[in-house]
Amino acid sequence: MAFDSCVNGRHIGPFFRGAWGAIRQYDFSSVGTMGINLKGQIVMKNLVLKGALAASALVLLANAASAATLDDVKKKGFLQCGVNTGLPGFASPNDKGEWSGFDVDYCRAVAAAVFGDPTKVKYTPLSAKDRLPALQSGEIDVLIRNTTWTLSRDEQGFDFTGVNYYDGQGFMINSKKLSGINSALQLSGASVCVQAGTTTELNLADYFKANKMEYNPVVFEKVEEVNAAYDSGRCDAYTTDQSGLYAYRLALTAPDDHIVLPEIISKEPLGPVVRQGDQQWADIIRWTHYALLTAEELGITKANVEELAKGDSPEVKRVLGQEAGTKLGTDLGLTNDWVVNIVKAVGNYGEIFDKNLGSGSPLKIARGINAQWSKGGLQYAMPIR
Amino acid sequence: MASQDITPVGKDSAKVSLLNDPKFRGYIFQAVAVLVIAGLVYWMVNNTIANLQRANLASGFGFLDGRSGFDISSSPYLAYSSDSTYLQALWVGILNTLTVAFAGIITATIIGFIIGIGRLSHNWLIRKICTVYVEVFRNIPPLLVIFFWYSGVLSVLPQARQSISLPFNTFLNNRGFFFPAPVFGEGAWLAGVGLLVGIAGTFFVRRWAYKRQMATGQQFPVGWTSLGLIVGLPVLALAIKGFPLSFDYPVLGAFNLKGGSQVGPEFMSLFLALSFYTAAFIAEIVRAGIRGVGKGQSEAAHALGLRAGPTTRLVVVPQAMRIIIPPLTSQYLNLTKNSSLAVAIGYPDLVAVGGTILNQTNRSIEVVTIWLVVYLSISVLTSLFMNWFNAKMALVER
Ligand SMILES: N[C@@H](CCC(=O)N[C@@H](CS)C(=O)NCC(=O)O)C(=O)O
Repeated sequence: MAFDSCVNGRHIGPFFRGAWGAIRQYDFSSVGTMGINLKGQIVMKNLVLKGALAASALVLLANAASAATLDDVKKKGFLQCGVNTGLPGFASPNDKGEWSGFDVDYCRAVAAAVFGDPTKVKYTPLSAKDRLPALQSGEIDVLIRNTTWTLSRDEQGFDFTGVNYYDGQGFMINSKKLSGINSALQLSGASVCVQAGTTTELNLADYFKANKMEYNPVVFEKVEEVNAAYDSGRCDAYTTDQSGLYAYRLALTAPDDHIVLPEIISKEPLGPVVRQGDQQWADIIRWTHYALLTAEELGITKANVEELAKGDSPEVKRVLGQEAGTKLGTDLGLTNDWVVNIVKAVGNYGEIFDKNLGSGSPLKIARGINAQWSKGGLQYAMPIR
Repeated sequence: MASQDITPVGKDSAKVSLLNDPKFRGYIFQAVAVLVIAGLVYWMVNNTIANLQRANLASGFGFLDGRSGFDISSSPYLAYSSDSTYLQALWVGILNTLTVAFAGIITATIIGFIIGIGRLSHNWLIRKICTVYVEVFRNIPPLLVIFFWYSGVLSVLPQARQSISLPFNTFLNNRGFFFPAPVFGEGAWLAGVGLLVGIAGTFFVRRWAYKRQMATGQQFPVGWTSLGLIVGLPVLALAIKGFPLSFDYPVLGAFNLKGGSQVGPEFMSLFLALSFYTAAFIAEIVRAGIRGVGKGQSEAAHALGLRAGPTTRLVVVPQAMRIIIPPLTSQYLNLTKNSSLAVAIGYPDLVAVGGTILNQTNRSIEVVTIWLVVYLSISVLTSLFMNWFNAKMALVER
């Protein structure tokens, strides 16, 4: 359709690079105009124009979700990966606009599996609110952005392909200002900063209700606004996934003043999401995750993968596609050395974790329940055979 | 051919002139335009429906009965909790939009009139200040004005413990403005009755005073009498019942001030920003309106012995209003629509609440439709009201 380019075209206007943190996040090119924003949604700045064009927007909305994503991706020559707008450790761009993080490495792993080249990825930063519509409209091929697997999301036309990080929701407070508080159960009456359109928002309501506590939600759509509001003291507590708390804590003016309270109030299994109805593509994302886990289990690392591929352990050879007459990779729609490509590009699960979240990163998050099943964790790969 | 040029008026010439008839051609062009537009609309609607069905996107408004599961920070009129439905959440959003739009329109109008009249002042300083005001606010995007109030002014206020205390037990801190909430005891209803009687009394006094002035030329201090009636009667009623009125004062709690009433910084910054921003445009409209009244009008009024005040009030402003009201309507509509920028600072207006619902339920088509319908309705109602007002103010020929 002729309008395709409107949906998939990048409408990221010039970002206002001022000193004013919050303002910077607004795309002034779209203020007072109506259009389709980069998430394929309607830019809601001027509602009258919005009205005038909503009809045409609807026409554009639903046409891009074609069934054979793998073919589309190959034809395009790159993977369009939906990631966080900026969550250190998971996905954040540096000054030069290069993305890095745990979720970003998953995008790169998929690109390596498909193209043998981890650089063939384009990233679409997505806020909590925009991520699923962006996937639905076909603007992105896969969403790898700390997204919690829930039944309702699964039923809304999406498929979760696994859990790459087991998380849970927590609270952070300024322990200097609120020195007496060391449990979330003492938060009755507090103002709590939270991002709109998350599972976080719902768990928060449930938790305070279940514990018969009151609170005043301070809700923003953009995470930068949540961070700024918490940092400026607009709220007493900040709630989100614990990994997110650790990441944002480091970005605060005085990180050492802030503590994460011990309570974990929810289960937040985070994982990649694809559109429902494309089994092959879902399988590729699913098995990329298992490949990363299997590589860790078998001790296959970025450094030794090429050498091990030439070795003679039957299991390693099978996983790395060196078994005679193997069709494991081609059956998936990839090449037989897909696991070699993945591990060569990003390393194994453990390497990715350490580099982005664990000891090799400023976050220093322990493996905890994200350890391999054999080490007491929950990460368990299905056998590649 | 030359012979055709001089064909006398007859049947033939009528045929030729039908094609050349500008009126007839106009009809043809309009018919073609209508057909093209209708075809386009048909194609778009058809395409949309087909695409939506293919993607399983539109599925009706039934989901609005579901439990919302999220809380909303500000719901001054309705009892709302996470157990309420999505529909109730939407109502909270709509009422919040209306509240900020209504409050903004009132304040913007007042500021706008003051500044607009100030720009015509004979006092150099007042004139310049008003000009600077207009030029500054007219040339900044409203979003920046909102951020100015939110990040620049309200969020740098002190923490709850160091709240700035203001007269009458009111407090200001970075969580908002806190003031005592009246608690009405038994018998306070009489004050309400007093108020109603006061308003009705004012109405009658005005009519009587007008008639008397028409008949005798004598004036009556209607303003003061009205004020006395409207304020005095309720107070008198309270006094009779022994003041059954107490106040719930804000006091410092564990995290914040508790009790009393409170206006959050999100509302305040949006309200202030919309008021100040739109006032700049209203000021220009007011100035143009006053300028549009012929100088002869005030000269005639002076010649009749009216002083400057009554001249402005009774001669210039009523005529200026006719020029002012139509563009004023557009400004009111703009203000209402700009209130959707609330989403940037987390004020739970219709767009913010709708956005949350959209996200939690993934019903984009339905929510976008609701947005459109609600804003359209608000705008149409505002326009209708202003048209009525305009008709009332219009020149009545006697
Ligand atoms: N896991 C939760 C919350 C995920 C989430 O969006 N977290 C926030 C706070 S850590 C975030 O990453 N926001 C970044 C953004 O919206 O740009 C969910 O799936 O709803």
